[in-house]
Amino acid sequence: MRHTLAVLVENQPGVLTRVAGLFSRRGYNIESLAVGETHEPTISRMTIVVDGDDLVIEQVVKQLNKLIDVIDVQDVTQAEYVDRELVLIKVNAEPSIRGEIMQIVDIFRARIVDIGYHTLIIECTGDEGKIRAIEKSLKPFGILELVRTGKIAMVRGQKYEED
Amino acid sequence: MKLTGAEIICKALEYEGVEVVFGYPGGAVLPLYDKLYDSPIRHILVRHEQGAAHAADGYARATGRPGVCIATSGPGATNLVTGIANAYMDSVPIIAFTGQVNLSAIGRDSFQEADITGITLPIVKHSYLVKDVNQLAATIRAAFHIATTGRPGPVLIDLPKDITIAQAEFEYPPQVTFRGYRVPGRCDSAQVYQAARAIGEARKPVIYAGGGVISSNAAEELREFAEKTRIPVTNTLLGKGSFPETHPLSLGMVGMHGTAYANYAVSYSDLIIAIGARFDDRVTGRLDTFAPNARVIHIDIDPAEIGKNVRVHIPLVGDVKPILKELIQRVEVPDTGEWLKQIEQWKAEYPLRYTNEEGVLKPQYVIEQIWEITRDKNAVITTEVGQNQMWAAQYYKALRPRTFISSGGLGTMGFGLPAAVGAQIGRPDAVVFDIAGDGSIQMTVQELATAVQYNLPINIAILNNRFLGMVRQWQELFNNKRYSQTEFPDLPDFVKLAEAYGAVGMRVTRSEEVRPALERAIATPKPVIIDFVIAREENVFPMVPAGESLTKMVGC
Ligand SMILES: Cc1ncc(C[n+]2csc(CCOP(=O)(O)OP(=O)(O)O)c2C)c(N)n1
Repeated sequence: MRHTLAVLVENQPGVLTRVAGLFSRRGYNIESLAVGETHEPTISRMTIVVDGDDLVIEQVVKQLNKLIDVIDVQDVTQAEYVDRELVLIKVNAEPSIRGEIMQIVDIFRARIVDIGYHTLIIECTGDEGKIRAIEKSLKPFGILELVRTGKIAMVRGQKYEED
Repeated sequence: MKLTGAEIICKALEYEGVEVVFGYPGGAVLPLYDKLYDSPIRHILVRHEQGAAHAADGYARATGRPGVCIATSGPGATNLVTGIANAYMDSVPIIAFTGQVNLSAIGRDSFQEADITGITLPIVKHSYLVKDVNQLAATIRAAFHIATTGRPGPVLIDLPKDITIAQAEFEYPPQVTFRGYRVPGRCDSAQVYQAARAIGEARKPVIYAGGGVISSNAAEELREFAEKTRIPVTNTLLGKGSFPETHPLSLGMVGMHGTAYANYAVSYSDLIIAIGARFDDRVTGRLDTFAPNARVIHIDIDPAEIGKNVRVHIPLVGDVKPILKELIQRVEVPDTGEWLKQIEQWKAEYPLRYTNEEGVLKPQYVIEQIWEITRDKNAVITTEVGQNQMWAAQYYKALRPRTFISSGGLGTMGFGLPAAVGAQIGRPDAVVFDIAGDGSIQMTVQELATAVQYNLPINIAILNNRFLGMVRQWQELFNNKRYSQTEFPDLPDFVKLAEAYGAVGMRVTRSEEVRPALERAIATPKPVIIDFVIAREENVFPMVPAGESLTKMVGC
């Protein structure tokens, strides 16, 4: 099963290598990894999606915790969380079919961020399902390039009713 | 007052209580060596940087204090790699200082540049590349703290040359704080209570003691615990010395070349109490048939060891020593009468055995004699890797912690001699033996020069079979005796080799010469090589073939 880990690390050179190295050395599969500074500039946050059974995930979390530069690891998979990914897709778009593409863009509440002679670049944000769906919808037009940021995730705040 | 980086390192080492470092100079560490020249810290000049790392490792294991080694950039640093990996696998606290090219030269393939923090990433507990001389003192403090606390391990500090020349105000921080490093605190008492009850209910319990007992300095507690509960104790290779192997409750070593009775006891037990051990594949054999009826209590300071290889029912995470203390208070004493009888039967039926034949020298006999002659002495045994190591593990009954030092996890041929150098430096009064093979000794034999230079009366017992014996044994058993690249048609004359180095050499070919030779060696205040010419195709038994169940032993 796929798990989403929220990992706080020291914002220092080499930390990404240590984390990535740990995954390859111990044979764990990273599906995606997104990293960036947090509101506290000395701390970065990684969102790691990793596939494995419970035993493997338990080991991943423990091994991550052993890295000195790792401050905190949370497996948010079972928690209520918001997750987003951003994708940029460059599609074939001759003027005659642009209308059709724009409709799709509208449906997904995506945006067109570049218009070329024969191409459009579309930006879309959403959870994994949405990203996959827009990719599928645009495929028939011919996708020329695609780049994804990897998933980022955050546990939802406590709701008033639960107090 | 401002000090240079090199001076800061020397001062910091003093603050850490370091008395001796093992190293080898070079361009990138020139400024450091210049300051070491005036420092009270003793520097042992090895003959190869691998020797420095192993010596630091042997020193740490023999004394319980962290070992320190130094190498220059590039090839000096890469020569440390095997030694660092060895310390990592066996959880030994060493601090490795490596020279590095100037900060501005990093990344340009400068002369003798190697990305040593990158190269060693998977084999260190932590590492630093120092980029600001103002951080140097705190970095060293942090490195010692990390190496010696929790599950110990190697820490590397890479020192760009200009950092060692630059100046900073020296202030040694009494402690450092980490956001991402916590040593497990006290173990949850409820867990201890659960363990105490499970132990009381067991009928066939066995203690499986590893190197963690020794690094936690908990041998006394282990003994008290075992004697109070009357639970038999088996130990791993690194656990040798955690419990006296002559004790009636001792089963000796478990695993691939363990005693038959230890392997049976573990396999048929209903409760395994693992203490500072990690269920290595050389111990468990085939995992899915390992101890099928046993519940498992696992005491370890590293939470990642819990459940890594086998399912654990009651984890006790924390330092072994206080956990054992608490467990001794709380434990319910199980009824192990029947079980101990069963074990006595196994011991009687399947003892470790070999046959002495007229006119041939048996390696087991040599080890027994080394044991006889050193058992009442303050002695430290190191080993190389292969048959020599396994015979040593089987026939040298370790009685006290930090007296048996061997490369377990990595299985590094060439470890024993430099480790013996480190052990003898750390324990000048001890009688030190390196039990060696003719293959292994050739991997780091240059350290004999180190031993001679510093007058270290190390005794090197080469069990000479003119084979890479352990590999030959596998070829005999599993490859139809096709001895591919395991025979040495020409070996150096080890007696002459010893003499060439300024050490003493002896050769022993007959059983009756063993004892006098050992006595002479111990009485000699210089390094000694004894070349024991042993039965060439003697095998180590019992043996659990790789990947087989523990009970599927051959040769017992
Ligand atoms: C550095 C290294 N290279 C290779 C091996 C593989 N290996 C394990 S045991 C062994 C043979 C050791 O031969 P020797 O030192 O003569 O000891 P013996 O087994 O004959 O006692 C070899 C080659 C190893 N453990 N370490």
